[in-house]
Amino acid sequence: MGNKLDFSVVYDQMPALLWGSLGTLGLALASMSLALVIGVGGVVTRSSHSWILRTATIAFIELIRNTPFLVQIFFLFFALPQLGLKLNPTVTAIIALGLNGGAYAIEIIRGGVQSIHKGQTEAGLALGLHRAQVFRLIVLKPALRAIYPSLTGQFILLTLTTSICSSVSAFELTSVAQRIESDTFRSFEVYFTITLMYLAMSWILMSGFAVISRRYFSYPTR
Amino acid sequence: MSNQFGWAQFGFLLTGLQWTLLLSAIAFAGGGVVGLLVALGRTAESALLRRITAGYIAVFQGTPLLMQLFVVYYGLGLIGLRLPAWSAVAIGFTLNASAFLGDIWRGAIQALPKGQSEAASALGLHYVSRMKDVVLPQALRIAQPATVGYLVQLIKGTSLAAIVGFIELARAGQIVSNQTFKPILVFGIVGAMYFFLCWPLSLYSARLEARFAAAAR
Repeated sequence: MGNKLDFSVVYDQMPALLWGSLGTLGLALASMSLALVIGVGGVVTRSSHSWILRTATIAFIELIRNTPFLVQIFFLFFALPQLGLKLNPTVTAIIALGLNGGAYAIEIIRGGVQSIHKGQTEAGLALGLHRAQVFRLIVLKPALRAIYPSLTGQFILLTLTTSICSSVSAFELTSVAQRIESDTFRSFEVYFTITLMYLAMSWILMSGFAVISRRYFSYPTR
Repeated sequence: MSNQFGWAQFGFLLTGLQWTLLLSAIAFAGGGVVGLLVALGRTAESALLRRITAGYIAVFQGTPLLMQLFVVYYGLGLIGLRLPAWSAVAIGFTLNASAFLGDIWRGAIQALPKGQSEAASALGLHYVSRMKDVVLPQALRIAQPATVGYLVQLIKGTSLAAIVGFIELARAGQIVSNQTFKPILVFGIVGAMYFFLCWPLSLYSARLEARFAAAAR
């Protein structure tokens, strides 16, 4: 073995690592979708008239935000089968990531909704716009513009968090790397390479989000 | 230890909790010192320094913390440094924390009205005294809520040391859970311990933020 660096192992395993990256992105995409559903639902229950729903939502948010994701995924990994849900690790990971991202999404989306002043919708209605038009033109777009940076940032964070799902052996990049590592003992080479792959993924996502933001959310200059 | 969950197991978890606290303290102290340098570099006049520190922050914020721990852990071994697991992990967390704290404090330094440092130079203060006596005391005050908020992220982050094999709270939980076959109980307790560590900090951070918001109005 020696101390010499040898990246040939990594080169040979590149197809597996690329598949792993797709697994990571798929995991992030699936769990972000779940997080958005929880986020929107949570905003509704957070401002519900029933205090039980309100308290439960706040408790959920605080519980998720103040405990490590690793403990959350372990808990779910063992708790779900007790509820009769025998799921494969990747599905468990999606649920854990979705719940985690959802707690943050609730607060982000709530902030966006609150950023729209009531007078705006009233003015829209007074001008004779339809309720649907008011929602689409006056509420939705500015609200999306307000939450877009935090929400996309949250998505990138979720993508990085997927690496922790290797601890329940969900299919993603880190668990592929761990398999290669235990076959070849080239720990540094393997982990260094996939660190660069994560960096590339977050850069690509970030620039993609920036393009979308410029295209759809820039203020009209005229 | 027996297979039942008893005081011995609870004590083992508490020992793990101690290591979590210690690791968090080391990472916060080390990250604070290095992070201050990063923040100063990020707001320096030299474009090169700004570039380098911006890259440093981008790399640590754009890769998973778990990977950073792995790379530091195996990288140190590769250059011949055979460090015990806890110090390798502490170095990893310190580097990570320095990037995040550096970015938070950079924001605070830039949020300060420019007139402050201009007035200080006009009064003939040189860089060190300008920073130490004028800019940083005000900037660190602005950064207080975000810094406390980051402390929560840091404490939660130390749980990843478990994957590298260091026995802190999360790893202690895994061990006890494997031994007693009561994963839900054990991870429930472990989760509660983290929660009661982090929740007060979250509340404190939110209160600081509300106070600053009220003062700024």
